[in-house]
Amino acid sequence: MKKNLPSAILVLILLMIWQGVAMGIDAAYILPSPTGILVRLWELRVPLFTVHLPATMGVTALGLFISVGLGLLLAISMDWNPKLEKALYPIIVASQTIPTTAIAPLFILWFGYSIWSKVLVTILMTFFPIAITVFDGFKSTKREMEELLFTYGATSKDVFLKLKLPTALPHFFSAIKMAIPLSVIGAAIAEWLGAQKGLGYFSKRMMTQLDGAGVFAPVVLLSIVAMLTVWVITIIENKTIKWRKEL
Amino acid sequence: MLRFEGVSFRYPGDVQGMMEDLSFQVEDGELVAIIGASGCGKSTIFRLINGLERPDRGKILVDEKPIETIKNYSAFMPQKDLLFPWRSIEKNVCLPMELAKIPLGEQGKRASQVLEQVGLSDYAQKYPKDLSGGMKQRAAFARTLLSGADMLLLDEPFSALDYLTRVDMQEWLLQQWVHYHKTILFITHDVEEAIFLAKKIYIIQDARPFTQMESIEVPLGYPRNRGDLKQGEIVELKESLIGKLRRSVSL
Repeated sequence: MKKNLPSAILVLILLMIWQGVAMGIDAAYILPSPTGILVRLWELRVPLFTVHLPATMGVTALGLFISVGLGLLLAISMDWNPKLEKALYPIIVASQTIPTTAIAPLFILWFGYSIWSKVLVTILMTFFPIAITVFDGFKSTKREMEELLFTYGATSKDVFLKLKLPTALPHFFSAIKMAIPLSVIGAAIAEWLGAQKGLGYFSKRMMTQLDGAGVFAPVVLLSIVAMLTVWVITIIENKTIKWRKEL
Repeated sequence: MLRFEGVSFRYPGDVQGMMEDLSFQVEDGELVAIIGASGCGKSTIFRLINGLERPDRGKILVDEKPIETIKNYSAFMPQKDLLFPWRSIEKNVCLPMELAKIPLGEQGKRASQVLEQVGLSDYAQKYPKDLSGGMKQRAAFARTLLSGADMLLLDEPFSALDYLTRVDMQEWLLQQWVHYHKTILFITHDVEEAIFLAKKIYIIQDARPFTQMESIEVPLGYPRNRGDLKQGEIVELKESLIGKLRRSVSL
């Protein structure tokens, strides 16, 4: 608790400045105040929590799930075969140069307003940190530990299961913590560009109504959900890999 | 018995070979030390024995069989303990048995016997971070023993320890050697350590590629104690070895 105090104080100061500026401007459609956003969040709680939040979370969870699978598959493949590494690595990096907002409408053309157009945007944004970070984790295995296992008669599969996998575990958790906010952003961007429900869609609808606080309310909700999820993952990480600093 | 027969080896990319036409042998149950200047090729000998490198020419035989045709003939203990931090001490020492697919019950039984012998029974469920440097080395030694190999290759296992712990560990190693009757090859930079532990010392004096190792018998029986190192003959041997090492460094 004590270690988070400086950031809590800073956030409080920034919120107070924001509140002061918003009250000075006095035009909620341009800059709503933090208290105004909270009030709006409460007023809109029913559609936000029962319709739009579950829709966005569905896209986020599915996108993240597929990204983890795809990212791990790519990382393992590249580690297993250097030729695959040479073939895949540049493509994976190139995939991140595609501007998501430019390609997302194309996905809507292909998949319509179904969940898959949005899931695809989420995957495009999140598989990269997972694949690259976990692959780096495999590569960070100490050569002398690997050799020690070989002297005990280990096969490449043994080395992967008994050494590389545990070594890459901290990297996996880092990747997941990076991927969670990205997946939320990906889902929101996709909904913003074309959807019939979801927090991104809701935020866009509020903008057309010049409801500044209404635009911010789903954004605040998204941030809270992302932060809570990262916090839970951090707790799991701390319980799972107490040996992280020993590597 | 381990036998090198005309072994030559050069690391890929190196201009000069590491060793050329090297022959030597180690009898079963011997405790042999190998000394030499840094980078002279001591560790390469171990890498060749445990199959991490292949000789360019010549043969390495264990009990007259080429090492390519046999398994589990040697176990390696490096300078660093290399214990896996995510495994308990018991799980760490069981690693070679796990890889050899020994049944779990048998693994537990053997591990508890060896952990008791090395004085780590109470630490079986602890993790490497909970152990001191000396205890970690003992755990690493237990892991080496549990590979079941008859020949142990110890590559400067105590060099990272403080002086007092190192002295304790040397005495402890002698007890283990007497108890387990294993063949031990021991690399060290420390001439005194080599004399205290070994029955025979191989010294690498030549510049690369070296073609031979001078064999020196230590005129001490077992059991040994620190006081033996003060005997005139031993002090003379120590000085002579240091002189040889100095000359090899200047080559």
